[in-house]
Amino acid sequence: MIAGISLYEILTITSILFFVGVYGFITRKNLISVLISIELILNASVVNFVAINKYLYPNALQGVVFSIFIIAVAAAETVLAVSIIINLYRQISSVEVKDTEIMKY
Amino acid sequence: MTLDSFSFMRHEILLLAVIILLLIAEIFIPKNKKSNIVHLVVLLFGVHTVVGIFPMGEESLFGGMFRTNNLIHFFKNVLNIGVFILLLQSTDWIQEKIFSQNRGTEFFLLLFSSLLGMYFMISAGDFLMFYIGLELSTLPVAALTAYETSKRISSEAGIKFILSAGLASGTALFGITLLYASSGSIYFDDIMQLIASDNLTILAFILFFTGLAFKISLVPFHFWTADVYEGAPISVASYLSVISKGSAVFILMIMLFTVLKPLMHIWENLLYLIALATMFMGNLFALRQQNMKRFLAYSSIAQAGFILLGMVTGTQLGTATVVYFVMIYIFSNLAAFGVVQAISLKTGRENMNDYEGLYRTNPNLSLVMMLALFSLAGIPPVAGFFGKFFLFTAAASKGYYLLVFIAVVNVTISLYYYLLVVRAMFIRTNESAIPYFKNKIYMRLGLIIAAAGILVLGLYSPLYDYIYELSSSFCGCDL
Repeated sequence: MIAGISLYEILTITSILFFVGVYGFITRKNLISVLISIELILNASVVNFVAINKYLYPNALQGVVFSIFIIAVAAAETVLAVSIIINLYRQISSVEVKDTEIMKY
Repeated sequence: MTLDSFSFMRHEILLLAVIILLLIAEIFIPKNKKSNIVHLVVLLFGVHTVVGIFPMGEESLFGGMFRTNNLIHFFKNVLNIGVFILLLQSTDWIQEKIFSQNRGTEFFLLLFSSLLGMYFMISAGDFLMFYIGLELSTLPVAALTAYETSKRISSEAGIKFILSAGLASGTALFGITLLYASSGSIYFDDIMQLIASDNLTILAFILFFTGLAFKISLVPFHFWTADVYEGAPISVASYLSVISKGSAVFILMIMLFTVLKPLMHIWENLLYLIALATMFMGNLFALRQQNMKRFLAYSSIAQAGFILLGMVTGTQLGTATVVYFVMIYIFSNLAAFGVVQAISLKTGRENMNDYEGLYRTNPNLSLVMMLALFSLAGIPPVAGFFGKFFLFTAAASKGYYLLVFIAVVNVTISLYYYLLVVRAMFIRTNESAIPYFKNKIYMRLGLIIAAAGILVLGLYSPLYDYIYELSSSFCGCDL
């Protein structure tokens, strides 16, 4: 717990982080930036878990343990996404979202 | 917990053993004999499927993180049989196209890892296990979608899938954190006791719902479906539409009927609206498709809308009908995708007008396709009719007459585009029709099992009674 900061401030920050991520996912034009936006969303959840655990339910460590697993899974997801992006880059020499729309409707 | 408690994880342990054996085989089998590995895969997975069928009791392991009961066990067997048919259908493609590039074992490894994730997701007793199962079942499929690395369309489908999957699971995760905030536990049993319908919980539920709605491709989250199905290899599209969707439907149903039961007045209305939107969107978009894979993608969206009809009830009848329908849907869709795959493998053609005159050249294939489409549309002699009929009965028994009426209208719309394909195959003629070809033994076996499943499941009624009985053992389901 941090002195002088209540749970509300932390939850406000994580909510902002979450919605910044969603906004970035929708508006970014580069695939790597879209990936970074997803990381923001996942990290918002990590901070949420740790803060809620610490402030509200300090007797058990469920939230903290969960956050460790989220970090690991997020790493796996990033690796996979980056490898697919690299494979795409080899074929079209671009990582722009607008170049990945040969399939539509 | 003792050592024999592990026997309740029989499916998971066996599948893990299969994965490890395949890894060893990949190392020790010499290069020129690699393509024989598909026989080993079919054999190993066949053994796994047969051993999995033996009955198993109810148990909760690891302090409640992993649980199993008769319905879960039954559903795992259904998934096994589905994956077995899928393996039979995909071996030709793997042998002809993939082993020549000196890879192919990874396909099975990724497929089985994803199936393992689904087992854990279905058996999850807390949100941690659920989340890991969800990710383990999604990530390998993303790799499989981008499996044809030389094709641009495949990589494009892969990147679309993994980015949307990441967004969906991230949103669901944020919902889980809020559920944790409101109830103080991540165990389903504790949450069930403590959950109250305040605003925080409702927000948490809706965020959480998106994660699974993405996997089932319900309407606001369906945009990835058609693109990914079109770009992915056909076996993977088939896997996504059948196994992945089936398991997500099952776990969503379990969650709604047990953990989130106190929120029923919320999710009833939510599912009602989503069912309407999903049925209409799926059917109307399917009308204008020419590519068979896109066509089947929209048809599978529409089918998901019908499944929600049974889920909206929240009763034992609803559970039984949803499981029964998903089972029939697995067989029907596997048969349809199998035929598309056989034709695409031999001729490379995937458009609807390529199927014109198919009956004259390949009568057996067109018969299987016709059975599958009739079953998807719900025409009486085949199983799909009974599946839909029971779903509508379940919804009507709770008084959702308007919803049932709209669903029937949608069945009529869907009949039109399913029959378009049947017309192309049986009535139309074409000089450049697909010439006669003979499938290999595995593909033929896969199609025969799927077609037999479509016929038998509809006629063999004790099966439905059996599922209904199993559903009563399923916790938290009041009548």
